[in-house]
Amino acid sequence: MPADFLSNLYVFILAGFIGFEVIKRVSPLLHTPLMSLTNALDAIVVVAAIIIAGRHETRLSTVLGAVAVAASFSNMVGGFLITDRMLRMFKTGKTKKP
Amino acid sequence: MSALALQQLIDSTYIVAVVGFILSLKWLSSPVSAKRGVLAGEIGAALAVIATLANPEVVQYKWIIIALAIGAGIGIPLGLVHMTAVPQRTALSHAFGALSASIIGIAEYYVATPNLTKFGMAEIGLEVIIGSLTFTGSVIAAGKLQEILPQRPITYKGQNVVSLSVLGAAILLMIALCIHPDYTYLFPIMVVVALIFGILLVTPIGGADMPTVISLLNSYAGFSASLLGFVLNSKVLVVAGALDGSSGFILSVIMCKAMNRSFTNVMFGAFGQVQASSAAVEEARTVRSATAEEAASILSAASKVAIVPGYGMAVAQAQHKVRELYDALTKKGVDVRFGIHPVAGRMPGHMNVLLAEADIPYDRLIEMDDMNSDLPQTDVALIIGANDVTNPAARTDTGSPIYGMPILDVDKARTVMVIKRSMNPGFAGIDNPLYYLDKTLMLFGDAKGFVGDIVRELSGGGSGH
Repeated sequence: MPADFLSNLYVFILAGFIGFEVIKRVSPLLHTPLMSLTNALDAIVVVAAIIIAGRHETRLSTVLGAVAVAASFSNMVGGFLITDRMLRMFKTGKTKKP
Repeated sequence: MSALALQQLIDSTYIVAVVGFILSLKWLSSPVSAKRGVLAGEIGAALAVIATLANPEVVQYKWIIIALAIGAGIGIPLGLVHMTAVPQRTALSHAFGALSASIIGIAEYYVATPNLTKFGMAEIGLEVIIGSLTFTGSVIAAGKLQEILPQRPITYKGQNVVSLSVLGAAILLMIALCIHPDYTYLFPIMVVVALIFGILLVTPIGGADMPTVISLLNSYAGFSASLLGFVLNSKVLVVAGALDGSSGFILSVIMCKAMNRSFTNVMFGAFGQVQASSAAVEEARTVRSATAEEAASILSAASKVAIVPGYGMAVAQAQHKVRELYDALTKKGVDVRFGIHPVAGRMPGHMNVLLAEADIPYDRLIEMDDMNSDLPQTDVALIIGANDVTNPAARTDTGSPIYGMPILDVDKARTVMVIKRSMNPGFAGIDNPLYYLDKTLMLFGDAKGFVGDIVRELSGGGSGH
């Protein structure tokens, strides 16, 4: 077992617990924006895709990397955009309608 | 700047990004701080992308720039869809996320392949299997939600055996690849088998179970990204994936509880096919119906009204009429609140977004448990396009297929009004005894039209109260 594995596992478990505790507190009102926001955050795989595409090792890896860049970046852009749109709709009774 | 210093700077940016991600989820705890949360996430993601572009390993930018432009070209329209289409958009984005995690794993396999350790092979194999099955599963879920594919569960005899054998085959291929790394031709076969499993996994699941399925796929997409972080030794992926994965997992648990189902039951149960309900003992029962005029006078005489919306309201596009009803009643001094069942929409929290879009203040949207403690003191419960989530049989009839499911106890309100097209049972085909209660008035008609009629009566000759 490589040494990296254990340190990654360490991080994974801690992040899992943080995620659990933080997300438990998210208002059920906002569960749809939560899902679109986590989608956008998960799209951070774009950084791995950029490296794969940019290293330009083989033609296959460049093409696959570029497809992955497009797929994950669409999630990043679309996810943040729709989360922002949804959250703008949540108003209290006091805010005057335009 | 030395290469080492640059690398450390890039890694530090990733740490900042991760902090941004955690804060962004933390601030989602309330609608007031949530907008700040999105900003924190955006800053984190933007920093990470810029830092990565500066990585000296990146030697060729042409394809990256083109791919980023294509990604933005797909992402922007997908960020602008109508709120009723958010569930299928979400399923589609799970598909994109899983697709990219999966193909990065595939690319990494072919780059690393002669020097890949057994352990590394197992990591990549697992990552690619989960990513691939999530990709096809999410595409099928999006197709069902968009109603391109049939919403009803598609089942055949021995289905679970077939599906699990396909999954088993994918895992066996992965093990074979670990033992014999030179059998590289097995790798694409493994990918195809995993893709097929994703299709088999979601096809049998019916439309009513979509809130759980979409949450589970969310969780898979997250964990596949996390596994990719293990493969590439990238902690930012491990963390982002773990956050996404645990979020999807929590939502799946909430959805399962809201339907009183277990994971296995959702995945392998094919709900809503042949429900031999206890309607066999049904005698000729009578219902009372009322006109819009009568409904309007009862509503304006009430001091507390609870509106219970279901997905039927969204299908009828009645949200904006419901807002007009809310405005008209509020103007008359009636206290109007909305009781939201966790599975009222097509995905977790969907109903809240639909009502918020119609400009209904979010402090009027009440969770099921809070609403239930208030319903006995409520004068009128008005049900629009909801059925099973109000069915008292879930509390009382042990023979009912939905027995044990938490419901909104609308039958405890003084008067119940149900807007419904006809007496046909709903999607799941389960009879609702609520309709036959003495306190229940059936308002037969299209949700949008009928609510519109009530609003007209209220604003017309209504004398107030």
